[in-house]
Amino acid sequence: MRAIVTVIGKDRVGIIADVCSLLAKNGVNVLDISQTVMQEYFTMIMLVEKPDEGLAFDELSRLLDDAGREQGLSIRIQREEIFDAMHRI
Amino acid sequence: MITKGEILQTIEMIDQQHLDIRTITMGISLRECTHPDVGECCRKIYDKITRCAEKLVETGEQIEREYGIPIVNKRISVTPIAQVAGSCETEDYVPFAHTLDRAARAVGVNFIGGFSALVHKGFTCGDKKLIRAIPEALSTTERVCSSVNVATTRAGINMDAVAEMGRVIKKTAELTAESQGFGCSKLVVFANAVEDNPFMAGAFHGEGEGECVINVGVSGPGVVYHALKACKGLPFDEVAETVKKTAFKITRMGQLVAQVASKRLGVPFGVVDLSLAPTPAIGDSVADILEEMGLESVGAHGTTAALALLNDAVKKGGVMASSHVGGLSGAFIPVSEDAGMIRAAEKGYLSLEKLEAMTCVCSVGLDMIAIPGDTSAETISAIIADEAAIGVVNNKTTAVRIIPVPGKGVGERVDFGGLFGSAPIMPVHPCSSAGFIARGGRIPAPLNSLKN
Repeated sequence: MRAIVTVIGKDRVGIIADVCSLLAKNGVNVLDISQTVMQEYFTMIMLVEKPDEGLAFDELSRLLDDAGREQGLSIRIQREEIFDAMHRI
Repeated sequence: MITKGEILQTIEMIDQQHLDIRTITMGISLRECTHPDVGECCRKIYDKITRCAEKLVETGEQIEREYGIPIVNKRISVTPIAQVAGSCETEDYVPFAHTLDRAARAVGVNFIGGFSALVHKGFTCGDKKLIRAIPEALSTTERVCSSVNVATTRAGINMDAVAEMGRVIKKTAELTAESQGFGCSKLVVFANAVEDNPFMAGAFHGEGEGECVINVGVSGPGVVYHALKACKGLPFDEVAETVKKTAFKITRMGQLVAQVASKRLGVPFGVVDLSLAPTPAIGDSVADILEEMGLESVGAHGTTAALALLNDAVKKGGVMASSHVGGLSGAFIPVSEDAGMIRAAEKGYLSLEKLEAMTCVCSVGLDMIAIPGDTSAETISAIIADEAAIGVVNNKTTAVRIIPVPGKGVGERVDFGGLFGSAPIMPVHPCSSAGFIARGGRIPAPLNSLKN
């Protein structure tokens, strides 16, 4: 299933590397990635494909959340449909 | 592909503007649970609720995590208990409330609605027993909500029921005096009650509903408020357009959650209720929206017009976003649950009379209003009668959820905590309505009910 990962927080070296390696370790493929730094704040948005087998979505969401908390970042993963529902007719 | 701006907008709405799904409410029919023996009837009720709603909370939490949208409450509504218990050979209906409470606790929902009776035209024996049991039921349970429908546009106003409900509210306040009359916050007196309302305390699973159904109530006053901040000084056409667009987005979220929940639980989807439901949290207020339109305080002249625009635009925006819209679908104006309303009431800018006028143009009615503990039952009944008349004549739902706080008077305040918030005690009219309420009988249905 496709999902959107967003990472928001204070910029530092290696954020992309950390998040990507955590995703890779869990078999999640990054399809698209974009990032900017606005007033020291790092914002990254990734479109990812999570295989149906393997780690449950719930678990992955918790892992990312925990990892974010450790590093003072907000990392979340949300199923793509929520954005489609809200912004597309 | 969704743009970056759109993704960040959704996240900002959730993170900073309190966008949430206010409730997923599972409606469960208890009509098959009738039995002459109370114990057996209660057992059937408990079994059915716990069977149907076994996975409700778990599923709700799973959806929350996967979609990243908070679902604040998971709740249950059931067939009005007066209709189920009517078959039992008993005078005391309190055990049914205890059964509902136990079932709610077992499945982990915070409220269960449906300790209810529909008496707009008259009372059955079961209705009378249920109404009699309300004060004790609400004072000895934690999660049970009760509602009584005393009027409809088709039937008129049952003034005997109106009189009785004034006494029931007083008694409920007295029995829950330790918690400042909190029992009354779980009791709604309706006119034109709807069968598929997902919001508490007035939810029940109506006669025309199916076996089991999922209704969803969305919220998001904070999101509308933030959107309007970008419209400073612009004409009302722009204001209405902005509210519509925002309501559309909020409702789409509700529709998605409703569909996913319905599929995962294997229960049909009923309706999305497009209500703007405030919470006491700062920035989650309907009053703030009205003030953003240019009023110094909610309660000022112009408040009713502002609310009418808001209520209408929310519906227009929301109706296209959902396949089935129902429930109450309108802005809520509960005083104690809205930081802006509390502020205005404390300063004396918002009176009971103005609130009554506001209920003509929004859902639902006089909601979560604290009044002096020594207010007479007749005065409370008269407040209910006025509100019912507004609903009956205007073909809309109105309700009264009012708390005569024991031992407190005007100028003092009451704090219920959590989502129920706090409120100043508001003055009621000093003149008596006792002679009016003592008449009883029925106020006939208005001419506009004769549509055939």
